[in-house]
Amino acid sequence: MAEQDVTGRLWASDLGFLVPELTLLAAAVLLALLDLALPQRYSRQIIGWLALGGILAALGSVIWWLLELNPSAAAARPPVRLLGDSYRIDDYASVMKLILLGSGAMVLLLGLGSVRSDPQLPDKGEFYTLLLPALLGAMVTVSSGDLITLYVGLELLALTTYVLVGMRKQVSLGAEAGIKYVVIGGISSAVTLFGMSYLYGITGTTHLGQIGMQMAEAAARYEAFAYIGLLFVLGGLAVKLAAAPFHAWAPDVYQGAATPVTALLAVIAKAAVLAALGRIFYNAVVIPAGGLPVGEDMLLALQILAAAAMLIGTLAALQQRNMKRLLALSGVAHAGYLLVPLSVGVAGFQSNNLSELIYYLLAYALMTLGAFGVTSAVAEAAGHEEMSGFAGMYYRSPALALAMTVLLLSLAGLPISGGFFGKLFILFGAAQHHAYWLVAVMLGATVAAYFIYFSILRQMFLRQSDGGGPIRLPVPTAVVIWICVAGTLALGLVPGPVLEWIGSIVTLQGDLLLH
Amino acid sequence: MPDSWPLLSLLLLSPGLGILVLLFVPSRHQRLLRIVGVSATLLPLLLAGWLYALFESGSGGLTELAVWAELPLNRETINPQFAASYVLQLHYHLAVDGLSLPLVLLTVLVSTMAALAAVHVVKRRKAFYIWFLVLELAMLGVFLARDLVLFFLFFELTLIAAFFLIGIWGYQRREKTAVQFLIYNGIGSALMLLAFLILISTAGIRVEPGDLGAALIYSGSYDQLLANLADPQGFANQLPQEMGGYNPFYLSDGLAGAVFVLLLVGFGIKLPIFPLHTWMVRVHAEAHPSVVMLHAGVLLKMGAYGLLRFGIGLLPAQAEAWGPALAVLGAISMLYGAVLALVQRDLKRVLAYSSVSHMGLVLLGFATLRDIGLQGAVFLLISHGLIAALLFLLVGSLYERTHTTELDRLGGLARELPFMCGILLVAGLALLGLPGLSGFVGEFLVLLGLFETMPWIAAVAGLGLVITAAYVLRAVLAVAYGEPREPYGALRDARLVEAAPMVVLLSFIVLLGIYPSLLTGSLQDGAVQLLRQLAAVGRG
Repeated sequence: MAEQDVTGRLWASDLGFLVPELTLLAAAVLLALLDLALPQRYSRQIIGWLALGGILAALGSVIWWLLELNPSAAAARPPVRLLGDSYRIDDYASVMKLILLGSGAMVLLLGLGSVRSDPQLPDKGEFYTLLLPALLGAMVTVSSGDLITLYVGLELLALTTYVLVGMRKQVSLGAEAGIKYVVIGGISSAVTLFGMSYLYGITGTTHLGQIGMQMAEAAARYEAFAYIGLLFVLGGLAVKLAAAPFHAWAPDVYQGAATPVTALLAVIAKAAVLAALGRIFYNAVVIPAGGLPVGEDMLLALQILAAAAMLIGTLAALQQRNMKRLLALSGVAHAGYLLVPLSVGVAGFQSNNLSELIYYLLAYALMTLGAFGVTSAVAEAAGHEEMSGFAGMYYRSPALALAMTVLLLSLAGLPISGGFFGKLFILFGAAQHHAYWLVAVMLGATVAAYFIYFSILRQMFLRQSDGGGPIRLPVPTAVVIWICVAGTLALGLVPGPVLEWIGSIVTLQGDLLLH
Repeated sequence: MPDSWPLLSLLLLSPGLGILVLLFVPSRHQRLLRIVGVSATLLPLLLAGWLYALFESGSGGLTELAVWAELPLNRETINPQFAASYVLQLHYHLAVDGLSLPLVLLTVLVSTMAALAAVHVVKRRKAFYIWFLVLELAMLGVFLARDLVLFFLFFELTLIAAFFLIGIWGYQRREKTAVQFLIYNGIGSALMLLAFLILISTAGIRVEPGDLGAALIYSGSYDQLLANLADPQGFANQLPQEMGGYNPFYLSDGLAGAVFVLLLVGFGIKLPIFPLHTWMVRVHAEAHPSVVMLHAGVLLKMGAYGLLRFGIGLLPAQAEAWGPALAVLGAISMLYGAVLALVQRDLKRVLAYSSVSHMGLVLLGFATLRDIGLQGAVFLLISHGLIAALLFLLVGSLYERTHTTELDRLGGLARELPFMCGILLVAGLALLGLPGLSGFVGEFLVLLGLFETMPWIAAVAGLGLVITAAYVLRAVLAVAYGEPREPYGALRDARLVEAAPMVVLLSFIVLLGIYPSLLTGSLQDGAVQLLRQLAAVGRG
């Protein structure tokens, strides 16, 4: 099957499949030139709107290909494999790209709402332009079937976000965040690459499917190297994912970066790394070496990482009063929740991992982006990013307080919200797998997290406001918040259709696994 | 109303109508808000009365079932010839039986009375009634739901609503109390969810043969779980060896025991069982009396109901095995609550510990696993719900007049407030189990059941009842008689709006005391049904 349509060459007709990526690339280049050519006196908002257009165009073409390749649930076509199967247009990648590009559009809207008035962000044009290559990197990461391509995608994402984080260079927190992110990010890339080199060393290939085929034999002959390679890749990616105990950079960086950039790190970077993690581990070891010690141990490693992220992230967030740091640590815990479906593996009657992952990722993207939107508006009104800025918000802006309540309940995993159902599916999958200890850890972390999210609710509803009128909400931010609230509620009220759709197009055999 | 109407859904959603109306009443119309808020609780009361009439006349239509979400599961690891579809179904399944009907009636009655008692709520009245009605809706949902996920949904909703009710309208330390309430009960519901997930992922599977292959359906349907767990040929009860070495649906004895313990602890926090009661004492002391009426009157009963329906009902063999432990826990709770109630210096805390003590007695009734004991326990739940609601109604009214509930600072109120103190005395007598009042029937039945099965424990429970008499009389006499300790000024006896709910609650207490078969008929149905479940496994 491997030889079917795999040649190393890229034909002109294949470019059609790359329209989303090429659109982003073209938009990024053109907007960078426009930013140079446009005289200083013009507002950079126009670049932002054009960038949004680019993202939406890419989103449209992803949807177009998705429909084209899945004319009906029964007649899904095999994935498109380009460049020697190193780049894949499959449903797993496409659905991930939908989430990435949708979140990207919302991050840009958040930027359009808040960046204009941000005096600490001098290079507003660059801010918009750089979002596009970051998204491109994320898309390459989720589409790649080869370690090299994957690494290129990850680095593109990382390098652009280094710049984005460091853009508030006049502020000491921003500069600190920038340098921390570069150093930690560089180390994590190095660690990942180091692990990848071992995988190449023992299997003689960088293609994920081939690695999988060789893994059983390679692990038998070079057991230690297989463990080192896989664990280093896991560690490196865990840093990028901000999964505890590799999360220490996250609060500082999230706090120092501009809020839209923080949202980008929390949603897009996490989603891309998570998708890549699933792709690498399921192809290289979890499925092909399912019954072998190395396969079992990697699952165990993923489970431990998930449990640690859930517990440490939640416990660290308990004392946190700065909203951005709090959301960073909540993101650490959520990375743990999202790792659970990957970490239980596939066995018996339980192979629902991808639906669970994608559904919760969707819910996570919506509730996190919405929460960042509210936070940026509240922080702007209060002049600081502490939780006390929310005090008495119910009296000042009841509608916004209500929106935040929905988002917080979803983050806490309470009904009726996307977060509740996402967690319920993940828990059910883990229970089907008899991974009861993981279920218990996840429930424990969830309950502890009530304390965190309800302390914001307490501020909003139980405290008196210290004056001030309604919170001013820029239109683009309001659009993001209400889309997120509507999406969160919809995922909670009618979870069936979305899961049906995900389940009908994304499969382990046909999409995630390379053969 | 025609029989074809979905009476249960109407009942469940009826508080929602009030919420909708309230949303459109401007918050400055304080009086109107109260009228709407109180009358909104009348509709559920009416519908529940209708339900009672229907149930007594034995007509059908008392169950409603719809699939509200069908979630496809991945079938790649299953032989496609075997399974044509593989889904997780979430059911909207409501039903009443002899066990839940009395609790539904209790919920609507206490809700109306508590809404009347909210006359003392002055701040943010609109929000208060909205949360109040959300809580009522959620409580009705808890007692009506027959699907594990649906039950959990409503259970969590009570948590959110009660959090705000405690946190906004409580006394001095309301916020801390609300957070403590949330965390304790959150842990309880997490344990419960863990148990539910284990049950659904094992005994929740149903295989429906079809033309194109079987349909594999997971669901949290209570009836489904019950049938699967009781069926010796069901997947959940077949050893893996009998299924060719692999049976992912096998619920081993150890796991079933773990599920029972999880449910016991989860619902035990709600009940509460000693030593998990600290949060509840604080809620009683810090929340607004109207909220405490709902809390002591109904919310605590949810724990007992859940333990009975899901713990004992689904896993009777495990309940049998843990029976002695239940009895010991119940006896400890009962004695501990009673002794502490005897030494409290605050009326609210006396009543809080008395709730601990009475819930211990309920647990003792469960531990008998006999018809009469279970009946008595559920009767006790209803009776205690009414009595506790009445007592906290009185406490609220007293506090409005004296601004204290400390026993040392109260006294001689009977002279100024003869009506209220009279009611207090009768309610106290009902609490200590005077024959002729509702408290007696339940206690008597539980003790009868206990003497049959565990005479030693029964003796301990008897001791508990003696202490109960002592603490009740101590508290009531201290409030009503003796010398007035402080100059309260001129006190006005109960206004009509306060007196009406007192009289209503008291008349139900008396009615159940002299005519218990009003309830025992339906209770016997419930108990017999549970016993049939018990008999099906292990005992038969």
